Amino acid sequence: MLKNKREKIYTILIGGQAGDGAREAGVNLARLLCKMGYYVFASMEYPSLIRGGHNFCRVSFSKEKIYSDYRELDAIIALNQEIVDIHRNELKKTGVIFFDNNLNSVSGKSGQLISLPISSYAKELNAPTLARTAVALGSLCYYYDLPLEDLNLVFTEIFGTKAQINIDLAKKGFDYLQDKNFDKIKFDKPDKKIKGQIIDGNAATGEGMVAAGMKNYIAYPMTPATSVLHHLAKQASKYDLKVTQAESEVAVINMVLGSAFAGTRTATGTSGGGFALMTEALSMAGIAEIPTVVVESQRPGPSTGVPTRTAQGDLQFARQVLGEFPRIVLAPGDQQEAYELGGKAMNLAWQYQLPVMLMLDKHLSESLSNADLKKIKIKPEKIKMGKGGKNYVRYAFSKDGVSPLCFPGTPDTIVKANSYEHSEDGLISESGEMTVEMFDKRFAKMKNLEKEITKMKGVRIYGDKKSKNVVIFWGSTKGAVLEAIKHTKKSIKAVQVLTLEPLPTKSLIGVLKGAKKIADIELNYTAALASLIREKIGIEIKNKILKYDTYAFEPMELAKKIDKIF
Amino acid sequence: MTVDLNTKAKNTWCPGCTNFMILTAFKNALTELINEGKIKKDKVVVGAGIGCHGKIADYVNVNSIISLHGRVVPTMTGVKLGNPDLTAIAFSGDGDSYAEGMEHLVHASKRNSDIKLFVHNNQVFGLTTGQVTPTSKKGYKGKSTPGGSIEEPINPSLVMLSSGATFVARAYTGDMVFLMQVMKKAILHKGFAHLEIIQPCISFADTRDYFKEKVYQIDSNLPKNDLKWAMEKVQEMEKIPLGIFYEVDKPTFEEQL
Ligand SMILES: Cc1ncc(C[n+]2csc(CCOP(=O)(O)OP(=O)(O)O)c2C)c(N)n1
Ligand SMILES: [Mg+2]
Repeated sequence: MLKNKREKIYTILIGGQAGDGAREAGVNLARLLCKMGYYVFASMEYPSLIRGGHNFCRVSFSKEKIYSDYRELDAIIALNQEIVDIHRNELKKTGVIFFDNNLNSVSGKSGQLISLPISSYAKELNAPTLARTAVALGSLCYYYDLPLEDLNLVFTEIFGTKAQINIDLAKKGFDYLQDKNFDKIKFDKPDKKIKGQIIDGNAATGEGMVAAGMKNYIAYPMTPATSVLHHLAKQASKYDLKVTQAESEVAVINMVLGSAFAGTRTATGTSGGGFALMTEALSMAGIAEIPTVVVESQRPGPSTGVPTRTAQGDLQFARQVLGEFPRIVLAPGDQQEAYELGGKAMNLAWQYQLPVMLMLDKHLSESLSNADLKKIKIKPEKIKMGKGGKNYVRYAFSKDGVSPLCFPGTPDTIVKANSYEHSEDGLISESGEMTVEMFDKRFAKMKNLEKEITKMKGVRIYGDKKSKNVVIFWGSTKGAVLEAIKHTKKSIKAVQVLTLEPLPTKSLIGVLKGAKKIADIELNYTAALASLIREKIGIEIKNKILKYDTYAFEPMELAKKIDKIF
Repeated sequence: MTVDLNTKAKNTWCPGCTNFMILTAFKNALTELINEGKIKKDKVVVGAGIGCHGKIADYVNVNSIISLHGRVVPTMTGVKLGNPDLTAIAFSGDGDSYAEGMEHLVHASKRNSDIKLFVHNNQVFGLTTGQVTPTSKKGYKGKSTPGGSIEEPINPSLVMLSSGATFVARAYTGDMVFLMQVMKKAILHKGFAHLEIIQPCISFADTRDYFKEKVYQIDSNLPKNDLKWAMEKVQEMEKIPLGIFYEVDKPTFEEQL
């Protein structure tokens, strides 16, 4: 059992309509808390529209590491009526609602309501509407005794020269409650600082790929993968990175192949629909042995589905992408792992000359948590390069299936890549024997690859490692699972699968063998991981906790479901 | 100096296929450009789509990548993104480029990507044994249109001009020397070059007699920066003009990145 207890976890929700800046305010609150030494998890909720709607950022924090946000709220900061109406019944007994006093019909128990002149202060100081959340953050600092100086530091770091107006508004909010001599409530304060920063899954993935030598990122916008594109475009000059938006996912993936063929570490990111469009070229990456990295941030499908929500519905599709060729499918479970596996994906693609798919989902892509990126060492790993020269052939047979790589432009060397089946020199071949030899060569990579995934710990175990009650999961579900098992009645062993292809079968058999009961936990309808385990190691997992209502698991709710099974 | 551009691949085109003219013209163009010191052999990358045309990559001993049907243009855009020093020459077919991959041509023109695109326009899907393409004449009787095609063809050069291509030309396999000269100019052009190569398909669309009568070369001394003139010129139907209709100097996509 992890020692963290629920009493020590606090949650604040900031919400309003799209364009109110609730997200930014939530992230700034998370930054402040992180600065103070709290572990934070912040999730984002928003519908697929630009103005209006119901948007919020929910920030849970604790002195101990936390992996998910919680539904039960200590405070709501409401910028519109809808937020109050929808979330007030999620408040703890001691919870409070901070609301803009221009909302007229907020009613409730006294002591629970704190009305603030949010909009009027913003007007008074001539501040843009987006900045008005600073008033609420200032009041929050007073009420919970959070250091206003640290909030000001956050503003300075984030807004630079435009920080002052936020600082002024925050002071107004702080003073407003101070002047009224409001009672303060104190959170359990962290006693030490923590290393690292808060980061969302998409930015962490991008950073990981950059650390592994990525120099080209090419994409077409699609929620929830878009912020990889945004993040990298912003950092491009810092990293000597080229970021290109192309005309379609079909164009994107073919550009990725061209760029990698020319010798540059390249990646793209998309979601289900865009990923579907990329599959023909991924198949080419398979036969032409072109190192390719695709970040697939899943959202609920099928088809356009529910664009701004989360799901884990694309695993089998990614594993089965058109044709038989070795490929790698990785799924990080949190922001730190997104960084780690972003780097790993890029390195493996180049070491093994094949496509790697990195499965994220909206919940991981857009939620923020602490990550100590410096702790994970990523660098561009050495790859098998050829010497070139007159006798060079691109697809030379070799024992480990990996042919020495040369790029076009190498003196006196001809590099021929081909989407057709080919002989060693890259020329088209329709020979049955050659086809067999080439299939065998490509699949010969699997032997070392299997060792590789053992080395990188493709299966990770949490909770009570000795327990015979086992839950198994993959991807962002990790967050809710690791929180839930803090609260379950029985002690639980939690098993995360990070490498879905190739599946680390030996480790899995070892881990699952002694289990009394196993439950599979996934955010989908068809239990992809359970099917995969049954297919590959013949263990049938009968107990399943599946959810496909487009929302991530909530720890307390999940704990109850786990309790029911064990 | 002779540059050995032959490979050991067995040629699989029909005997007498006009692709041989394109292959020879291209090899001659490369040899001359290499000997003139204008390009480096090691830096040339040939891209190809899928169709009879695409096999050309196997028959020229330079770096190459045979891409997917319709996708050679983004593949080559990627090649230039990956290494802007390479000379990117793409071969495609009318089915490949004007049906499956038309969007990419429009966008490569728009961004002026530094790619030379040579389209083998035989007005038919050759490799799949004879179906109508976007450039087939109305009434074309192929295997999928036994009663004759009911659609009007598009004019690729016009599409490219209106999309922002900085080099738009047309040649005919019946005049190999002229074809080679235009290829050389296209390869030396900085930016997106579209060269439509009209070719009869002796198996599925034998237009030899038709084109022999129709084609003529435009005066090569005319100014080449008049978009309006070029757009009118490429639409001439009575006689079919060949040559470089448009050639302007604009920053390329890659050099602006
Ligand atoms: C995605 C996809 N669709 C269809 C095909 C089948 N196919 C191969 S070649 C071809 C047509 C080629 O026509 P064109 O590009 O004009 O080339 P040609 O053979 O005439 O030189 C088609 C449809 C394919 N390979 N890939
Ligand atoms: Mg054709």
